[in-house]
Amino acid sequence: MKSLEELKAIRDRVRSSVTMREGNEGNIRVVVGMATCGIAAGARPVLAAFTEEVAKRNLTNVTVTQTGCIGICQYEPVVEVFESDGTKTTYIKMTPEKVPQIVADHLVNGNVVTEYTIGNL
Amino acid sequence: MYRAHVLVCGGTGCTSSGSQQIIDKLESELKDKGLDSEVKVVKTGCFGLCALGPIMIVYPEGCFYSEVKVEDIPEIVEEHLLKGRIVKRLLYTETVAEDQVKSLNDTNFYAKQQRIALRNCGVINPEVIDEYIAVDGYMALGKVLTEMTPKEVIDVIKDSGLRGRGGGGFPTGLKWSFVVDGDQKYVACNADEGDPGAFMDRSVLEGDPHVVLEAMAIAAYAIGANQGYIYVRAEYPIAVKRLQIAIGQAREYGLLGNNIFGTDFCFDIELRLGAGAFVCGEETALMTSIEGHRGEPRPRPPFPAVKGLFGKPTVLNNVETYANIPRIILNGADWFKSIGTEKSKGTKVFALGGKIKNTGLVEVPMGTTLREIVEEIGGGIPNGKKFKAAQTGGPSGGCIPAEHLDVPIDYDNLIAIGSMMGSGGLIVMDEDTCMVDIAKFFLEFTVDESCGKCTPCRVGTKRLYEMLDKITRGQGTLEDLDKMEQLCYYIKENSLCGLGQSAPNPVLSTLRYFRDEYIAHVVDKTCPAGVCKHLMKFTIVADKCKGCTLCARNCPVGAIDGKVKEPHVINQDKCIKCGACIEKCKFGAIIKA
Repeated sequence: MKSLEELKAIRDRVRSSVTMREGNEGNIRVVVGMATCGIAAGARPVLAAFTEEVAKRNLTNVTVTQTGCIGICQYEPVVEVFESDGTKTTYIKMTPEKVPQIVADHLVNGNVVTEYTIGNL
Repeated sequence: MYRAHVLVCGGTGCTSSGSQQIIDKLESELKDKGLDSEVKVVKTGCFGLCALGPIMIVYPEGCFYSEVKVEDIPEIVEEHLLKGRIVKRLLYTETVAEDQVKSLNDTNFYAKQQRIALRNCGVINPEVIDEYIAVDGYMALGKVLTEMTPKEVIDVIKDSGLRGRGGGGFPTGLKWSFVVDGDQKYVACNADEGDPGAFMDRSVLEGDPHVVLEAMAIAAYAIGANQGYIYVRAEYPIAVKRLQIAIGQAREYGLLGNNIFGTDFCFDIELRLGAGAFVCGEETALMTSIEGHRGEPRPRPPFPAVKGLFGKPTVLNNVETYANIPRIILNGADWFKSIGTEKSKGTKVFALGGKIKNTGLVEVPMGTTLREIVEEIGGGIPNGKKFKAAQTGGPSGGCIPAEHLDVPIDYDNLIAIGSMMGSGGLIVMDEDTCMVDIAKFFLEFTVDESCGKCTPCRVGTKRLYEMLDKITRGQGTLEDLDKMEQLCYYIKENSLCGLGQSAPNPVLSTLRYFRDEYIAHVVDKTCPAGVCKHLMKFTIVADKCKGCTLCARNCPVGAIDGKVKEPHVINQDKCIKCGACIEKCKFGAIIKA
């Protein structure tokens, strides 16, 4: 270790590996429906795409997690985004291809991608 | 990138209840389901709630699974990690409220705790230096080396009011400032935690070994030392292994070694394994042992700050003391001073044990009352029994009776009520505990552990033990009680080191608060708690006995006679008072008095 900057660089690099363990208040939660219906409709690649995209952008305020059946099986894969103020956005018929746009527009810039939401049926 | 972290406790408590097998099973199940690149398994240090081990926390949800078995793992993987359905039946019951999963920090056990020394235990993987760095590890050392003079470091520690956590409570900054000039100086770490029932140092070493290395380097910079020694007992194999890993990683990163952070500061640490003698926790005996001699104390002065290891000026601090240092450097003395009481700053870790529901490690601000620790954090006494006393400070401490439950715990208050902080062992006793027997238990320990160098301790503790033994046999006299008290003061005043000087404390404090129990043993020849076997008699109530022969068949010494369907009788000469008959009797016909 030759300098404090070097240590700080290591810290910043590894920081994201432990932030998940500090509780998720104030965070954005991306919840992927992963019941049988969701998995059958292809929720796993969607979940993987979210995890990958969030990591790529180093979004430490976003957690990606999964849940059971939301009850709208015909629209699976369903992804819900919960923001810290309690607002919920429901995206339906998700594919891995749609993920980068949602991450960029919604999670980073705060603009809901309306065309993929359930309200756009 | 992992979307979930599964933290499994790898402390000694959970390891002995099978956490390693759980980790293995978890890893193989995750692999089978193809989740191993999404879910990370982290083996951490102790979470503190040892009574409920093995413990597992799943993030991001923060689900706290307790008493996990290997058979539960497929369900957790399939339901929770794959499908996202929390396995409610395995959750720690206190975290489930009205079908909602509560945060662990809202449970009684954690709500009143404030973790400074234990802040990383149960959070990071102690075998990976990057995880320690991720939580600001080694930043305090960096700050000290690049921004502060040694004197400024000592001033911050002095100003913080930090006192030694190993038992004595001596102000740490003052200790550092006493180190005299010299060509060679040392820092040392006392990890020879020997009090029966205390395991906080072990947990820090197992859960966060780097914090000790970092703090020792800071101390070394402050006093001008270039070599450190950690004296850890060989009976702590997990702690030893993780320390070795940590030292290796710190050397690799250049956080130990030459020219740390590009400065002139050079420092390295070596481990020394102790064989587990209690006296080696005493500072002069510990240093003698590091030097390779038989662990025996020597008179002070000279104090280690003047003449310590190998005759050179040395700073010796306890593990928990060190664990506070980096945070004080980073957050400042004012932050630390704002926690605790007027003369005892910061927090203290207690090892809760004995007759209490939540056995484990708790860290609370100084000034927390014993009642809060026992009733709220500890969850009270199991089986509806009544609190009788709490023993603090191990064999050097004393018993605190129920009347002092509301005393705010700090160094000075504990001494005022005849006990001491010690290293922080806290053993809770209920109405079934005999206080004479407890005093005898601790004296038996000190008799075993006295090194024998000075007569008051070597012979005095033995005589004291014999008097206690005599009392528990119902052969004591009131005169013995006075003699015992005199002997206690004699041992305290004349022993060479802390071991002997504090060995009579358990006797003195029980005599002070539970003299009536001693008198019951001596005058009435009874043991009110029903513990001392020589003072007990088992008898069969003829009216209640149905003559089922169950007791006679279960008596290991054949002391019960009687014909079928006729009342049985216990032969008092043969009876060893094991209580097997009482347990077996279905009619409540056998009484103990």
